[in-house]
Amino acid sequence: MKNSVNKKAEHANQIALLIIKAMVGVVVLILMALLGYILITGIPNVSWHFLTSPSKDFGAGGGIVNELFNSVYILIITLVISCPLALGAGIYLAEFAKPSFLTNTMRTTIEVLSSLPSIVIGLFGYLVLVIKFQFDFSIISGAFALMFVNIPLLTRNTEESLKAVSHSQREAGWALGLSKWRTILKIILPAAVPGLVTGIILSAGRIFGEAAALIFTAGQSTPVISYANWNPFSSTSFLNPMRPTETLAVHIWKLNTDGITPDATQISSGASAVLIIVILSIILLSRFLGNYLYKKMSGTK
Amino acid sequence: MHYQRLLPICLAAVGILMLTGCGSKNKQNTVTAVGSTAMQPLVQKAGSDYQAEHPKVSITVQGGGSGTGLSQVETGAVNIGDSDIFAEQKDGIHAKKLIDHQVAVVGIAPITNPKNGVNNLSEKQLENIFLGKIKNWKEVGGKDLPIIVINRAQGSGTRSTFEKSVLKGKDAVKSQEQDSNGTVQKIVENTPGTISYLSLPYLNNQVKVLSVDHIQPNYQNITTNRWKIWSYEHMYTNKQPSPTTKKFIAYIMSKPTQQKLVKAAGYVSIHDMKVQMDAAGKVTHKPK
Amino acid sequence: MNKMQQRLLHPSKATRQDRFGKTISLICIGFIMILTVSIIGFIAIHGLATFFENHVSVMQFIFSSNWNPGQLGKNGQPQVGAFAMIVASFAVTLLAAILATPFAIAVALYMTELAPKRGAKMLQPVIELLVGIPSVVYGFIGLVVIVPAIRSVFGGTGFGILAGSIVLFVMILPTITSLTIDSLQQVPDHYRKASLALGATKWQTIYKVILRAALPGILTAIVFGMARAFGEALAVQMVIGNAALTPTSLTSPTATLTSQLTSQMGDTIMGTLPNNALWSLALVLLIMSVIFNLLIKVVGKRGEMKK
Repeated sequence: MKNSVNKKAEHANQIALLIIKAMVGVVVLILMALLGYILITGIPNVSWHFLTSPSKDFGAGGGIVNELFNSVYILIITLVISCPLALGAGIYLAEFAKPSFLTNTMRTTIEVLSSLPSIVIGLFGYLVLVIKFQFDFSIISGAFALMFVNIPLLTRNTEESLKAVSHSQREAGWALGLSKWRTILKIILPAAVPGLVTGIILSAGRIFGEAAALIFTAGQSTPVISYANWNPFSSTSFLNPMRPTETLAVHIWKLNTDGITPDATQISSGASAVLIIVILSIILLSRFLGNYLYKKMSGTK
Repeated sequence: MHYQRLLPICLAAVGILMLTGCGSKNKQNTVTAVGSTAMQPLVQKAGSDYQAEHPKVSITVQGGGSGTGLSQVETGAVNIGDSDIFAEQKDGIHAKKLIDHQVAVVGIAPITNPKNGVNNLSEKQLENIFLGKIKNWKEVGGKDLPIIVINRAQGSGTRSTFEKSVLKGKDAVKSQEQDSNGTVQKIVENTPGTISYLSLPYLNNQVKVLSVDHIQPNYQNITTNRWKIWSYEHMYTNKQPSPTTKKFIAYIMSKPTQQKLVKAAGYVSIHDMKVQMDAAGKVTHKPK
Repeated sequence: MNKMQQRLLHPSKATRQDRFGKTISLICIGFIMILTVSIIGFIAIHGLATFFENHVSVMQFIFSSNWNPGQLGKNGQPQVGAFAMIVASFAVTLLAAILATPFAIAVALYMTELAPKRGAKMLQPVIELLVGIPSVVYGFIGLVVIVPAIRSVFGGTGFGILAGSIVLFVMILPTITSLTIDSLQQVPDHYRKASLALGATKWQTIYKVILRAALPGILTAIVFGMARAFGEALAVQMVIGNAALTPTSLTSPTATLTSQLTSQMGDTIMGTLPNNALWSLALVLLIMSVIFNLLIKVVGKRGEMKK
């Protein structure tokens, strides 16, 4: 009797694991087809010239150097603004907030924010940042708009990863006489680093690929800029955060929707391939950094 | 790692960024043009050429749609509002507060998927297709294939131009709607049975351009109004444009820009037009 | 004595640190809440203007499917009925989530429970990569690959809810997978060991212990996945047909709230009815997303493991 139950369970086990593996196989196939498609159609269009020359409004032979730099620059600024905020908010929700109606409402509100279409955030940013605060079409307006896009995910992710750190670690901190705050900073945050890194990677990817929120805030054209001008106050400097900017994703969007260059398709597929490669390197780099930090701060090997 | 130190650094960085913003503003020499996405490449190229000649001036060109352009120039948020349609045709815009600068003319051509087997339609047939009365390509001499109408988004300048001259005020059949030339072009290229329309600068050889009553949509026919589906590209300013704005528009209207840039971009030079159109859509001969 | 009193009555260093920390984190959450509330308020004000300023009846807005905000209907009323779009948005999001969740959980289980080493190293970066691909690229691939495929299998034009759901399925897969992985990793190891020690098979451990323990996290993952699907415009717009028609089947062209919103926003004038109607769509989207969110939470409460 007992044996048959075991056999049944064993059987179910094998079938279930097989199904899981089959589903993973399907996903891997989809992934390979998708990435293969983008890379195969894109890579032949990527050349040194393509990576180092500015884009053209019409006529063939434009490159993506400004767009590539802009994307990375705006990503860094957005993360600089939103990470501390999301970290603080996540800490509050996970460590200080008492379970109450208000706390739950806060959570729901933040989650709901993430379902807003990017265009709505873009328009809000346009009316408030570009017009009201007179930031004009600029990297700063774009970065603030992007902050709306990635704060929900980042905040909830921080909260979840902090909560996941086992309670015994907290108790250990308190037992050592550390204040709650010190415990959070010195013990819980380091232990939560891998989870935090996932959140940052996901939101960084989203920012990198975001177009609609930027069209009305960062703009969709880049003025003439010089990479030799390091003064961030000069309007032709590549570092000036107040200049309008066009990111790679916006460029791809524009080429596909209203591009009139004869080689729009080639440029857009080349740019997509470059975009993927850049994101992949960001992901690998941040995983590596995350692991390094984790090992260093939590003392595990 | 010291988080306590990271936070002030981040805050300081944000502060500096804000300060740069306030520091580097010089409204006198900047021109911001916002609006029609279809006009954006043209204005942008003109802008960067102009900037190359006048290094002190900074010209920002952004898209966003004709509606955005018109409403923003009216509130004074931007210097120039690019639009595909007359301000008079847009509800909620006080056209009297604005000055209209017509900088180019754009033709619009009906396009289909090459597999439909039709090269020419009569004006009536085209109208009935977009009214939903003709439903299969074999009714107009093509293959046995259901017609899929792809319209432009409601409120779009291209759509109102097309509907005014083809449907003459009747309501188009409820159909798919896309908001950009590029998307329309891609869908028509990839879907048998589709029909739509595009601005001439966006045409390519992957889609079939239809003639209407055997008149081809080309440069010559537009200048004489033999090809009737066309519209102006407008740059609206308020009643007192800044000197820089005035100079920039004068630059676009100048002979060299019109002959080289405007033509190269696929538009019809405003100087070549033998007819003119008013906001109500009435076409008259241009006085010499 | 005095010194003693002072030390006892004044907050200790630890207390001050706690206060400092609490204040900073409170400022952060406060700031985020201000931003969130301001954007939601902004949408609400513009969205409600359709009903209060333009006097469109709420019933008509929700239950009629005649969408043509630029023109007046035969009865003189503006034609703003969002029913078709509400149905389509709902259907697309739900279908995409139903499709994506099992696959996401399978991949997450594979990476954490079955083949942690190989899975995590190779698969995870690639899946995360998917988040960053711009919507337009997804839309374009959907248009050239998925729409023709559906057309040849099911007939019709190929545009519709099915095509939209398939594209969204790929787009939300990474979000759900990554967040699910995190919550699976957070299940304490002794749960697994205890279950295996009781003689449970691997599947029993996964199904009865790990998934239950990770449920709240998985639900958050689904919420975020659905939110992404809900708010996605450009990709969906290219494959769903973007026609404001009530869907009659999974393969008939229709439009979602977001796709209509995005495609018409640029051509309307702030403060006019067509523009207000678009903000109302955004408001409907927000409300629907709140309902979704609460529903999932309720379901989650039921399945949650008692602690």
